[in-house]
Amino acid sequence: MSRITEKDVDYVAGLAQLVLDGPTKAKMVKDLGEILGYIDKLNELDTTGVEPMMHVLDMSNVYRQDVVGESLTQDQALKNAPKTDGAYFLVPRILDGEH
Amino acid sequence: MEYEAVIGMEVHVEINTKSKVFCACNNDFHAPPNTHVCPVCLGMPGVLPVLNIGMVEASVAVGLALNCKISRWSKMDRKNYFYPDLAKNYQISQYDLPLCHDGEMEIDIEGGTKRIGITRAHMEEDTARNTHTIGTRESGVDFNRCGVPLLEIVTEPDIRSADEAFAYLTALKQILQYLDVSDCNMEEGSLRAEANISIRPKGTVEFGTKTEVKNVASFSGVHKAIDFEIRRQRAALDKGDAIVQETRGWDADKGITFVQRSKESAHDYRYFPDPDLVPVVVDEAWEQRIRESLPELPRARNHRFQAEYALSPYDAGVVTSTRAMADYYEATVKAGAPAKLAANWIMGDLQGMLVERKLDIAQCPVTAASLGEMIRLIEDGTINGKIAKDLLPEMIDSGKSADLLVKEKGLVQISDRGELEAIVRGVLDANPGPVEDFKAGKDRAKGFLVGQIMKATKGKGNPKLVNEILERLLAS
Repeated sequence: MSRITEKDVDYVAGLAQLVLDGPTKAKMVKDLGEILGYIDKLNELDTTGVEPMMHVLDMSNVYRQDVVGESLTQDQALKNAPKTDGAYFLVPRILDGEH
Repeated sequence: MEYEAVIGMEVHVEINTKSKVFCACNNDFHAPPNTHVCPVCLGMPGVLPVLNIGMVEASVAVGLALNCKISRWSKMDRKNYFYPDLAKNYQISQYDLPLCHDGEMEIDIEGGTKRIGITRAHMEEDTARNTHTIGTRESGVDFNRCGVPLLEIVTEPDIRSADEAFAYLTALKQILQYLDVSDCNMEEGSLRAEANISIRPKGTVEFGTKTEVKNVASFSGVHKAIDFEIRRQRAALDKGDAIVQETRGWDADKGITFVQRSKESAHDYRYFPDPDLVPVVVDEAWEQRIRESLPELPRARNHRFQAEYALSPYDAGVVTSTRAMADYYEATVKAGAPAKLAANWIMGDLQGMLVERKLDIAQCPVTAASLGEMIRLIEDGTINGKIAKDLLPEMIDSGKSADLLVKEKGLVQISDRGELEAIVRGVLDANPGPVEDFKAGKDRAKGFLVGQIMKATKGKGNPKLVNEILERLLAS
């Protein structure tokens, strides 16, 4: 029994800007369902008294001092741009407001 | 029906560290496009962002100034969305464990003060700047701004009117400027304010549906946008319409808000901890060090000025409006100027002359010591107030001290009784008409005579003595 429906897959694919064909979608329904099944299995464990793990890294406070270093040149920055006018990265015109 | 507005503010402020928040690029985005960029802020695959310690310290300082609790343990999260202002398709931000939380700020409202709860203040990165002026089919993206450190400060829905929102923003900006963490220039976007606005029947507790107003370029714009939005929502509810939860923009020319994005198209950001960045742990000792480095904040300074220098609440408010002006004022008083006189000169003539010359008080060519000396010269009777008013602009433009200019130009006030009396007698003899008028009860004639006497002394007559002598001679 899958807890994931095709609608869920469509929603997640949409957020990730992916277009999935029929067979892939079916596979995703199965895979994501199995992943959630595994999480259900983990949920069976009694975790009373166990500190929640907020982060995968067991370290903290790694910082950079506030010092300016070198940047790329404009040419270097734009070298791999699919499209540029020599100053800006050019993208298809944005109509929507900003985030 | 009578309604009450419920407003919460979200403010994004760019922090003025030297380098960006996760890379060593220069944090000045007013450079030619895409010149302060590197693989990290361009969002190249495989790069490793490292948090700028200056951003953590500035953020904690702001949190403390807003009476927030500082999280002993917080982390950076990824906020996922697709938009051309962020090449890596996520913004590094803080989600469930912000660095600062549960603070409060006091603002002045009509007839008293009010506390505004601060929900949280969290660290994040600014996004690239999009420009739409290049052509009709393309937009340009400049990544200089991408990775500029941004602090987002969110209030509780404690604000009840456009006036209160304006007072909150003004007080917040003042604190940020005292802390010297941002220039808070709204036009350039280094401070951006958004308002969440809903209304509810007065006396009820439940919140109404809210709209969010963003992209407003000034505090007065925020004030107008909130007023407009309250009126719009009231009209809708009175008509029996429902309020739609949506993001609205502000059209400053037309003075209206308009729909930018409805909730249906709002994004699901799927936050998760950023595995590239390690947790931020601010222990008590670190918090304490930052607390001790805080300057005296505007409200504390305002109250101290009222107590220590006997300034009126109004004068203290003006003099402490910026840290630079408050510093200048205190230095002037320390140089020996009486507190009230110093406030008058700084708020009045000096400020006016600086505005005329487009100078900030921090760049004032007249040092506080020099202004203090000028005020002392008035106090000890060397010069009169009128001469001082002419002297000040010369001090600003020449950079010379009051003392030196007084000597150079022979401006020392005439306080010699005999010399003044001779001048007054001369003026009275030359103006028999006005003298008759005065004696016939026309007080205005006296003003004319004083003017003539000051003219005859080239403005240097000791006004008190001139008056005394004039009254005595007219009475005789």
